[in-house]
Amino acid sequence: MVAEVVTVVIAGIVAFPLYWMVLSALKPASEVQSANPRPWTFSPTFENFERVLDSAGFARYFLNSTIVAVVVVGLSLLLSFLSAVALTRFRFRGRTVLLVMLLVAQMVPVEALTIPLFFLMRSIGDVAPAFGLNELGSLVLVHLAFQLPLAIWMLRGFVAAVPIELEEAAKLDGASRFRFTWQILFPLVLPGLVAVSVLAFIHAWNDFLFAKTFIISKSENQTLPQAILVYFKPEENDWGAIMAGSTLMTIPVLIFFVLVQRRLVSGLSGAVKG
Amino acid sequence: MTATRHTTSAVPPPVRTPRRRRDGRAAALYLAPAAVLLLGMLAYPLYQLVLISFYDYGRAEAAGAAPLVFLGFDNYAELLESIKFWVVLAKTIGFATVCVVGSLLVGTTLAVLASRVRAVPRMLLFLAALGAWATPAMAGSYVWLFLFDADFGLVNEVLAGLGLQGMSDHSWTYGTYSAFGLVAMEVIWCSFPFVMVTMYAGIKGISEEVLESAALDGASWTRIATSVILPMLRPLLLIATIQSIIWDFKVFTQIYVMTNGGGVAGRNLVLNVYAYQEAFAGSQYGLGAAIGVVMTLILLSITGLYVRSQRQSVEL
Repeated sequence: MVAEVVTVVIAGIVAFPLYWMVLSALKPASEVQSANPRPWTFSPTFENFERVLDSAGFARYFLNSTIVAVVVVGLSLLLSFLSAVALTRFRFRGRTVLLVMLLVAQMVPVEALTIPLFFLMRSIGDVAPAFGLNELGSLVLVHLAFQLPLAIWMLRGFVAAVPIELEEAAKLDGASRFRFTWQILFPLVLPGLVAVSVLAFIHAWNDFLFAKTFIISKSENQTLPQAILVYFKPEENDWGAIMAGSTLMTIPVLIFFVLVQRRLVSGLSGAVKG
Repeated sequence: MTATRHTTSAVPPPVRTPRRRRDGRAAALYLAPAAVLLLGMLAYPLYQLVLISFYDYGRAEAAGAAPLVFLGFDNYAELLESIKFWVVLAKTIGFATVCVVGSLLVGTTLAVLASRVRAVPRMLLFLAALGAWATPAMAGSYVWLFLFDADFGLVNEVLAGLGLQGMSDHSWTYGTYSAFGLVAMEVIWCSFPFVMVTMYAGIKGISEEVLESAALDGASWTRIATSVILPMLRPLLLIATIQSIIWDFKVFTQIYVMTNGGGVAGRNLVLNVYAYQEAFAGSQYGLGAAIGVVMTLILLSITGLYVRSQRQSVEL
């Protein structure tokens, strides 16, 4: 019984910052910026949310973040699945070397690559404007590339877990390799795909560094993290707006997590077990 | 029709090479898109990073207005001679260590706890942890900053209410240690759930019989945890540790947001933020790249450990 109580108390502590974020977003400005904050409010209001949503371009930034995250999730699922199939099902020279390289690639501190990537994006902009500096395409490219090594590595375990007899049976029934891959293998590795999509979504949605570095002179292409930074000033923080913006930013990820929660846990543990 | 297919595909290939070659061609096709991206966005920039670190690469050079001057290892020499670099390196290691130890300790303890309690408290704990996990780094940084705000924060208010009057307008972000401590708490808060979920899955994988027989032999609860559960979790623990090291070494958003770009007079710089500031705020791209190379080398040597630990648990 003691353990149960302790668990509930700890759960409360862990959830408290989230509660405080939502509560402060719902408080009227006078209560948020109060020297005597209360752990509840008698007059909840949506004025902070309204102020944020009315402000210059917040909806636009939200849309930008969504576009980047959705495209990154979709493409990383497709590309990592194809690669994982090739690396588990096909026999070819250099397979082990590729796998080790993917493992090493996961550890490259991508933050350190900001400098060369900035110059690379500038050059890409001359050739393919949609993927250059100040464009959402540049964010899609980096997030996709940084997500792939982990995604492929995770999916590999799931693809390998599908018995080879199944493929032979499908072949005997006349299914082509292509059909087998998409109609049989793809649904079977769904838990892995869910885990991959969650990680890719969070990664792209949370990114602050690359958006800050690449989107410099075209503010309509900024993403959410930059939008909230606007309310953060050294002397006069608008905490109500910051908490409302943070809440709006957290909601999509929370929904995503709740939707896939069960599959995520099995997906992650499956990947960890290899 | 299927019958004819049967015979053609059921016949084993006479030699191994044609199958291998066909597989190789298909593999190349399947791998091509990922390979192009990884070479272009990871391998090539990595090569460029090393290259830039050997040049005097400033604002004029970046704009193409001045010719590049090759410096060799001068940027590295400048770095290694500066006290600031060593201080930042030490702070990075210290900060990452606190975050790693903290999230492993909290995550593992709570995983063990979760495995011992009934379903409802466990579900509450998992929901709370998933919430912390899902919170974007930016949003998490702001909430923690707000909780510890000098004027409007709940923490100071509560501390003052408990009789610590001096705390009523205490600035947590001013001092080096308290600012790092605050960021570390946020990092641990959002990264322990991964450890917890991983370890919980591992504990669930241990059969009940093993635990029961240990209990029958008269082992205490703590004894079972330290002598039975922990050793069986060692492979998972190793992976979680190295993953945490790699994450916490690279924390950027939290430090940048919570200490406003590295703290008062750069007191809260870590290698990541330091490299960014040198390059983009100070227009010293060459020096920034050198810091990036040092960081890459540190992390890749940790990778060596990771690959070795994976080799034991995963068949390549």
